[in-house]
Amino acid sequence: MKHLDRVQNPHGDDKVIDACSIFGMMDVSGKRFSGEDITRAIANMHDRGNGLGGGFAVYGVYPDMADAYAFHIMYMSRQGQSETEDFLKDRFDVIRDEDVLTRATPRIVNPPLVRRYFLKVGQHRPAEQSDDDYVVDRVMHINTCIQDTFVFSSGKDMAVFKGVGYPEEISEYFCLEQYEGYLWTAHGRFPTNTPGWWGGAHPFSILDWTVVHNGEISSYGTNRRYLEQFGYHCTMQTDTEVVAYAVDLLVRKHRLPVEVATTVMAAPLWSDIERSPDGEQKLLLTLRQVYGSLLLNGPFTIIIAHNGEMIGLTDRIRLRPLTVGTKGDVLYLSSEEAAIRLICPGLESAWIPMGGEPVIGMVGMPAPTCETLATVMRK
Amino acid sequence: MTVKTYLPPRFVVERDPERCIKCEVCINQCSFDTHYYDWDDDEVQSRSGNCVGCHRCVVFCPTGALNIKKSPLDYRDNYNWRPEVIEDIIKQAESGGMLLTGMGNDKAHRIYWDHLVLNASQVTNPSIDPLREPMELTTYLGRKPDQVVIDSSCSLETVLAPQVRLDVPVMFAAMSYGAVSINVHESLARAATEMGTMWNTGEGGLHPTLYKYGKNTIVQVASGRFGVHAEYLGAGGIVEIKIGQGAKPGIGGHLPGEKVSAEVSSTRMIPMGTDALSPAPQHDIYSIEDLSQLIYALKEATLYEKPISVKIAAVHNAAAIASGMVRAGADIIVLDGIRGATGAAPKVIRDNVGIPIEMALAAVDTRLRQEGIRNRASVVVSGGIRNSADVAKAIALGADAVYIGTAALIALGCTVCQQCHTGKCAWGICTTDLSLTKRVNPDIGARRLANLLRGWSLEIKDMLGGLGVNALESLRGNRLHLRGVGLTDTELNILGVRAAGD
Repeated sequence: MKHLDRVQNPHGDDKVIDACSIFGMMDVSGKRFSGEDITRAIANMHDRGNGLGGGFAVYGVYPDMADAYAFHIMYMSRQGQSETEDFLKDRFDVIRDEDVLTRATPRIVNPPLVRRYFLKVGQHRPAEQSDDDYVVDRVMHINTCIQDTFVFSSGKDMAVFKGVGYPEEISEYFCLEQYEGYLWTAHGRFPTNTPGWWGGAHPFSILDWTVVHNGEISSYGTNRRYLEQFGYHCTMQTDTEVVAYAVDLLVRKHRLPVEVATTVMAAPLWSDIERSPDGEQKLLLTLRQVYGSLLLNGPFTIIIAHNGEMIGLTDRIRLRPLTVGTKGDVLYLSSEEAAIRLICPGLESAWIPMGGEPVIGMVGMPAPTCETLATVMRK
Repeated sequence: MTVKTYLPPRFVVERDPERCIKCEVCINQCSFDTHYYDWDDDEVQSRSGNCVGCHRCVVFCPTGALNIKKSPLDYRDNYNWRPEVIEDIIKQAESGGMLLTGMGNDKAHRIYWDHLVLNASQVTNPSIDPLREPMELTTYLGRKPDQVVIDSSCSLETVLAPQVRLDVPVMFAAMSYGAVSINVHESLARAATEMGTMWNTGEGGLHPTLYKYGKNTIVQVASGRFGVHAEYLGAGGIVEIKIGQGAKPGIGGHLPGEKVSAEVSSTRMIPMGTDALSPAPQHDIYSIEDLSQLIYALKEATLYEKPISVKIAAVHNAAAIASGMVRAGADIIVLDGIRGATGAAPKVIRDNVGIPIEMALAAVDTRLRQEGIRNRASVVVSGGIRNSADVAKAIALGADAVYIGTAALIALGCTVCQQCHTGKCAWGICTTDLSLTKRVNPDIGARRLANLLRGWSLEIKDMLGGLGVNALESLRGNRLHLRGVGLTDTELNILGVRAAGD
């Protein structure tokens, strides 16, 4: 097994330590829009990154291929590519494959080759496994066993574009103004070591789940060891990866609603649980007793997204910033309010959610309001 | 024929004649007959050869006239034939018996806690100030399911196995009534109740006056089954099956008849003055399937309302045994390491059998995770836990909670003089002699024990805050927050910890 952590993290630190800018925007009516606005917004927070990582996730981007798994794979060598393509042909029905569109830009140097594959599981999976589980296992295999290869994203009707550079440079390089989706997230990175590895940029993704993250998860060791019991291997030694896997475990495998999953990751204090109403109390208590090892502890803001949904969440004592904005059907999540106002001058409302309080936007539901906060304040 | 002993005194008693007021407090306090009044010279004198170095007289001398020093008497230097080795042979040549001793292993086996250091936040994440922010130590012991199931209306389908809440992850280890006095039991029970943790009856039953502390009591079922009856099982918050003990893995116990007083006799349900012999194995457990039967017998007897704990001594294949215990139905497994203490054990066993708790814990936690069953049982460790740093490191290696025995007794006055097996404890802890047991006042004892846990809680909170987390569960099994100093690659590998600087 290759050591991706060594590739990415030559200093052998536990995990990549970084501070960041994050931004998310979605139209809850499902209307699609290009990557131009989010690029301007994340560029406005240029100083929160240091040019060593930027990335974007977009949903609703391949409507004509919506039922195929869209793999975006990065290759650092021809050997990796040929080995991976043999592997994919062997394990999937490859509907279409193509190079991901790029344009030469002065600031992006030595980019890896990024290719896109539309895949169907077809008859390849064993009867006892679901399509999704089959895909997860194959992604884990490529990421850990094939040299010089890394899967950026593997979900349906979504894509991740990321690399080493400022996010606006990555956007320019991947021509994101030419893509449209109803939900975009973005990330600008400030790692304190020098990874220079494209796979280490955010968003992190498994299936259609993506995570962008600002912060350091001090409970990483606990979270990782818990997830290992369920077959997740944190190959990249980044704390963001555990968020993606935690969400996948809780929501997809254990079938918990996303709001419930957020109360696992930013669990209420024991004393708050004791004060909560009877019906809720037992649920919260049980969740924390069972999933205590998935409590994400330490400073973080995360934006989690999957098809049709975007969730913003901070750690329970809110040690990293998150501002929410809404205008009509559009929901914005950002590290800084100014970035929202730049692209949406007529913003209708903006607020800062409580620590550990999730902000959830869903296609087909009205955009969230700051009522939750107001309710808490009234109390 | 009395044989003249060749044993030299271990200690020298120094008495300052200027300060001594001949009040005879030292004479009354010493249960080893060290001090005496010399009528001829009208002086208080000492027989240094009797002194065990327990400091009782020094602490209680009203004028500070006494001091105890190690005897400066030297043997010719010899690394192989050290004084202890020579004197053990002398003792056996004179007694013809096994050497008995008390407390835990005092040999220089590597103490891994001292080679592990904790992490702290700098710059990239903020440390959290426990004086200003909530800091949570709450721990629930008991079996956890693989997942929580919620129905479509978002209500809970999962029914959890019984859980026991600890406000501080430090419990008082098993010390039986008979080995220790009723006042010690009462002190432990009251402190555990006050601090929201558990104390453990040990194998000698529970005195009727202490049933009111049942919620905070772990009732033990050991090979002798002393004092085990339906009411006893029903009284506790947890039932613990004792298979083994770190101080004496593989052997049973022996409470001499002299310690079986009327009260001990009625609590243990054995005749007064008879030796209480605990067999080496539980004679209904000769294999893992037998353990499962006892676990489920106890679950039946307690209506599945209490977690069942199983305690073993940490031995070479602890990891495989622990896996079997979890699969046999144990809700909590307790590992007692080679430094675990005892009221009495053969010295050769205490000092040579078993493995360090740090290694056992790391191996067990790793194994249970590899098998995907770590959540099915809580892991508690004991055997030489000395301070809050040891607790934090144990949690980081993967423990859910720890037991303290010796540390708790030190809070009550013990000075680790290793005379527990004599029944003459001058501090009134490990004895049933009523003139001695009254030296432990449960009001004061409970306060001293609660203070100790309070102090450790504050320190653990400080360490957590420094790590940048505000809940103990974020340290649990988080070996990335540990680094090893001065350890070999093999040791680091077993501990699952990287070297400092790596």
